[in-house]
Amino acid sequence: MSILIDRNTRVLVQGITGRDGSFHAKGMLDYGTNVVGGVTPGKGGEQVHGLPVFNSVKEAVAATKANATVIYVPAKFAAAAIREAIDASVPLIIAITEGVPTLDMMDIYHQVRERGLRLIGPNCPGVITPGQCKIGIMPGYIHAPGRVGVISRSGTLTYEIVFALTNLGVGQSTCIGIGGDPIVGSGPMDLLPLFERDPDTDAIVLVGEIGGDEEERTAAFIREHIKKPVFSYIVGRTAPEGKRMGHAGAIVSGGAGTAESKIKAFAAAGVPVADTIDQLAEAVAAALKA
Amino acid sequence: MKIHEYQAKELFDQFNIPTKLGRVATSPEEAGAIARAIGGPVVVKAQVHTGGRGKAGGVKLAHSPEEAQQKAAAILGMDIKGSHVNKVLVVGSADIEQEVYLAVILDRSSRGILFMASAEGGMEIEELAKTAPEKIHRFTTLTRAFPEEDARRVAPLLFGSAHAVAVLGIMRNLFRLFLELDCSLVEINPLVLTPSGEVVALDGKVNFDDNALFRHPEVEALRDLAEENANEVDAKSFGLSYVELEGDIGCMVNGAGLAMATMDMIKLFGGQPANFLDVGGSSNPDKVVQAFRIILSRPGIKAILINIFGGITRCDDIARGILAAFERTAIDVPIVVRLTGTNAKEGLELLKGTALIPANTFSEAVKKVIEAAGGAKDGNS
Repeated sequence: MSILIDRNTRVLVQGITGRDGSFHAKGMLDYGTNVVGGVTPGKGGEQVHGLPVFNSVKEAVAATKANATVIYVPAKFAAAAIREAIDASVPLIIAITEGVPTLDMMDIYHQVRERGLRLIGPNCPGVITPGQCKIGIMPGYIHAPGRVGVISRSGTLTYEIVFALTNLGVGQSTCIGIGGDPIVGSGPMDLLPLFERDPDTDAIVLVGEIGGDEEERTAAFIREHIKKPVFSYIVGRTAPEGKRMGHAGAIVSGGAGTAESKIKAFAAAGVPVADTIDQLAEAVAAALKA
Repeated sequence: MKIHEYQAKELFDQFNIPTKLGRVATSPEEAGAIARAIGGPVVVKAQVHTGGRGKAGGVKLAHSPEEAQQKAAAILGMDIKGSHVNKVLVVGSADIEQEVYLAVILDRSSRGILFMASAEGGMEIEELAKTAPEKIHRFTTLTRAFPEEDARRVAPLLFGSAHAVAVLGIMRNLFRLFLELDCSLVEINPLVLTPSGEVVALDGKVNFDDNALFRHPEVEALRDLAEENANEVDAKSFGLSYVELEGDIGCMVNGAGLAMATMDMIKLFGGQPANFLDVGGSSNPDKVVQAFRIILSRPGIKAILINIFGGITRCDDIARGILAAFERTAIDVPIVVRLTGTNAKEGLELLKGTALIPANTFSEAVKKVIEAAGGAKDGNS
């Protein structure tokens, strides 16, 4: 078991004829993901890596019975691509693209919920259930099947943490990059309950960073609703006020959104916060052995 | 993206929000001439992107053109929280009966748009939020529809019901400006009531969503590069994300999260990071060359740490990129390189026999770079 995706997930690739879409579609196929087709408006009827290309998500879903889609289209067109997936009622939409306008994301965030669908991202590496299904841009081999769920706002930092876990013999049930933008489709509070219910997840790693108050609210949520052990790591302790640290959402403003405040909130909720990645991985490994 | 007060007021004017526009001067003489043309007392206001201008002495009242010239001479060239004052706004002073605060803000918590209003204007809202949060009225909309009902409830709370219609009109126009230009914040502080019963925006702040700038060339045109750190602007033009800090250990990392983790680790082990730099996912030597140049453009850099997680991009390719860049630039500080992930061994092998110092793990790399920079100064390890 796992959450969100597994070997039965049927995946569409929106933007499959583009450079990134085509490259990562190949990576997903090589990993064993059940990619069933792609979408590029105006290129219907073509083939990419032997996969059929459709003009619209609706057509693609009708023909392939896809139940997940991943979006690699450029920022200018990404919101429209997400909306198209919503219109076609694709239950799981994963948007990799960085740079989607925030007000578009406000509209989309609420729309997705009203429609009972799920959006991961944008500005994220994607989702992987090791050994079964990889949807996104992460390198597959650093993961190993196992019993730890990972939720993170970042990309390479998540790889680093996952690789550290794998090297200690700690595999993962599902790893989710939720994205580094101010508004993303799903936050930790949406995903933690899924791991809580998943019989094959024993512990959860939560990787946060400066900006916003999601971690603070998540800390209170964990105390109330999550019984499985949660381990966290927060970056941006050295970030100066008012500066965006790469991710659109990673900014301390008006004294709010600091790493200190998030660390305090987790500590108060009984969630251990590691100082280093090694420490985090070792703590998780020790807890699983206990 | 941020803009100046005078630009914010021009936008207010375009969106039918009553304001006092004034004119911008870059020299004391010009400021004097503008004051003469306006007639009567004026306010001379430093135009910088930082808050707290008044406290820093960047806002002065002048009763005559001569005085306006003197005040402008004092303010131009000032340094306010690291921003150099190149321009002043000269604007007719207003008689104030009452001042309030009004803002429209992107609200991450609700994934909506938040209105904030307070009858206590003039002071910084963060301060008020701490001392008297009950005096701030808040309401939110989760759509692009103006929250009519809430706005009607709050409008009379600012200057009384006699001026509620004027305030409501301003709220509507602020919201329209916020949506049409993809803002992240639009703030009027203070919004004032004059003795003659006019409601006027005396100061303005507008921030924009960087992700939406591609569809607003008219907003991009308002950018004042002089307000931004020259190295940060330089880095951006090469697709690098760079933020300057005060330490002496330069960092070059792929990915924003890992870059922050690297800075934090350096600090934790007793060093001082000099910058945040996300070099992105490519192994392009040109990018690495530019990254070296920008890191080293700050004096006092004692060592550089390159921390790369090779995912889709292989570490041996990255190592080749680093070597090519290294050969093309004269660098006289020690460079520690840590590669992990895809083909990390092959990558590190390529660095053998060069002046680059290889490291196998994150913590080993951090320790080595701190040592190379002269050892730990404070910290926990």
